[in-house]
Amino acid sequence: MKFADQLLQYLINGITNGGIYALIALGFTIIYKSTDIINFAQGEFVMLGAVFMSTLYNRAHLSLPVSFGLSVLAVAAVGILMEVLMIHPLRDGSVISQIMATIGASILFRGSVMLIWGRNDLFVPFFSCGQPYRFFSAIFDRQYVWILVIALISMGVLHLFYEKTTHGKAMTACSANKKASMLVGINVQTMVILSFGLSAALGAVAGGVLAPFGMKYDSGVTFGLKGFCAAIVGGLGNNVGAMVGGFVLGVVEELGAGLISSNYKNALSFCILLAVLLIRPQGILFIRSGERV
Amino acid sequence: MGRKKGKLFGILVMCVVSGLFLVQTAFSAESKKPYKIGAIFDISGKASALGTPEKQTAEMVVEQVNKAGGINGHPLELVFYDTASDTQKAIESVNKLVKKDKVLAIIGPSTSGESMAIIETIQNNEIPNISCAARIEITDPPKKWVFKTPQTDRQAMAKILGYMKKQGIKKIAFMSVEGGFGSGGLVQVDSLSPEFGIEVVAREKFSEDDTNMTTQLTKIRGTDAQALIVWCTDKGSAKVAANIRQLGMTIPIFMSHGIASMKFIEQAKEAAEGIIFPAGRLLVFDSLPDTDPQKKVLAKYAADFKAKYNTTADTFGGHAWDALNIVIRAIEKAGDDINRIRDEIEKTKNFVGIGGVFNFSEKDHHGLGPESLVMIKIVNGKWTYLE
Repeated sequence: MKFADQLLQYLINGITNGGIYALIALGFTIIYKSTDIINFAQGEFVMLGAVFMSTLYNRAHLSLPVSFGLSVLAVAAVGILMEVLMIHPLRDGSVISQIMATIGASILFRGSVMLIWGRNDLFVPFFSCGQPYRFFSAIFDRQYVWILVIALISMGVLHLFYEKTTHGKAMTACSANKKASMLVGINVQTMVILSFGLSAALGAVAGGVLAPFGMKYDSGVTFGLKGFCAAIVGGLGNNVGAMVGGFVLGVVEELGAGLISSNYKNALSFCILLAVLLIRPQGILFIRSGERV
Repeated sequence: MGRKKGKLFGILVMCVVSGLFLVQTAFSAESKKPYKIGAIFDISGKASALGTPEKQTAEMVVEQVNKAGGINGHPLELVFYDTASDTQKAIESVNKLVKKDKVLAIIGPSTSGESMAIIETIQNNEIPNISCAARIEITDPPKKWVFKTPQTDRQAMAKILGYMKKQGIKKIAFMSVEGGFGSGGLVQVDSLSPEFGIEVVAREKFSEDDTNMTTQLTKIRGTDAQALIVWCTDKGSAKVAANIRQLGMTIPIFMSHGIASMKFIEQAKEAAEGIIFPAGRLLVFDSLPDTDPQKKVLAKYAADFKAKYNTTADTFGGHAWDALNIVIRAIEKAGDDINRIRDEIEKTKNFVGIGGVFNFSEKDHHGLGPESLVMIKIVNGKWTYLE
């Protein structure tokens, strides 16, 4: 097997994983932008997305696309409820106490899923069956194409939302300057709620495309950590950065596993995280713009 | 007024409850004192897939023993605590079983980490313990009060390497899951492979939550390995199997005894075809020759378990079956004398169990050899006996 063929396979694997990391990183970024808090329950949104989808498909016998869509909406609702019930009451406290609340929420989600759905993995069928695809010498499963396509579509939709809709623009305004936004009549609280719903929905999209591989109550933890890494690498609070960070992390991870050693695959992502924090805490994509006052 | 009524009601309840107690003590005084055995398994933690059938099996055996009149007329009582994968909880449970419940022996726990953690408490309290965990260090070197029933990782690895040697395989790749189980396998393959004249040409790792292991497999395809061993439990193994199929790899695939449950075949589906792994005889009891001493015991356990719980019995439940039955046999001979129970356990010879035929001795508190394992191949979604 030629080296170039191997390299191509590593790259393709890295890009598909990167799509997932990017979606989760975006979730972190959206909430961070509107509230300055890091939501440690982001990985649990991924898990909830997969668990809800599997329940809707296997128990309610809905079709795959319908269960996918409904589970995204349901997780968005969970995100909104989380904001209203757990984060909003702490709005006068420090950012740290709100971050604590998100850790609490993540434990709550894991625990409730364990009690209600049990400790076994939950599955849905693969979105389309058939022979794996072939790209030159690289081979990849059909599900990886779904992952990549759905991740890219979600990112596109998110971009349009921010650029073209009033709500999107209002959210951007809020993240730039809360007081000024209030003065021009934007309801900041609504925007915060919206950001939790949006970020939960993105997590659920990632969970949905991953659901065929099986998820259980504690599966979200690793995804949350990887997404967090990607968000930091891209520079927290920067949507494009989060996406780039996700893909960079995915590709570096797979190249490291393939070319150096898979023994350090997870260690590698956290080394990157540390390196970025030490050398370039603004993230790899940071471009100096207006100063924060 | 309301308060008075409440008081009256309270007194009434007290009377009824104490009456019930009297009646119960009167009844139990007639029959013999129950023998208590402690059981600690992990039914809510990481190893709940192991602990759940273990607990179910123990409960089933106790029910059967009591239906048949108990042990020498004494009813048998199982006192169960969940360890939830927590070593501290396991130690606490042992203390509770010894001091509060005053059990005669303890079976479990499910995992090696917990089992290693309770050894000191077991030895200090001088209570017989038969562990259902695999790691070789639990009984090597032997500890006075600690025994175990499952085959070790080392025996499983030796079985695979022995089979490979017979097939003329000289170079292999090894892929293991991150964590205790995977690194245990890596240690064994590195220490055993020279004995069989086999060279490990690639060592790869993956995480159970990864969705795509083709990177590691692509790397292995670039080596001249003639076979691949994957050391993981059912979920991760199923994903690796799917990736192997996608890449169209043709070398023989061997996996660990960690895939010895129907769950693996259900998850991997057609990708499970052709995979070879070592396991106890339970999985293939109907293809065993009639002369096999274990066949009858295995068939009965499999049928009983299926009838009671409507799921297929697996080797993990079998470990608990062996542990509990060895204790029961010892109590039959020794009564409630804890020291004599330990001695009788150690004297166990030719006990035909689920894991194999057990022969304990002063030096061997494990009692099974590599011959207790067989090689199994998955053909048409079924376990087939190879040798």
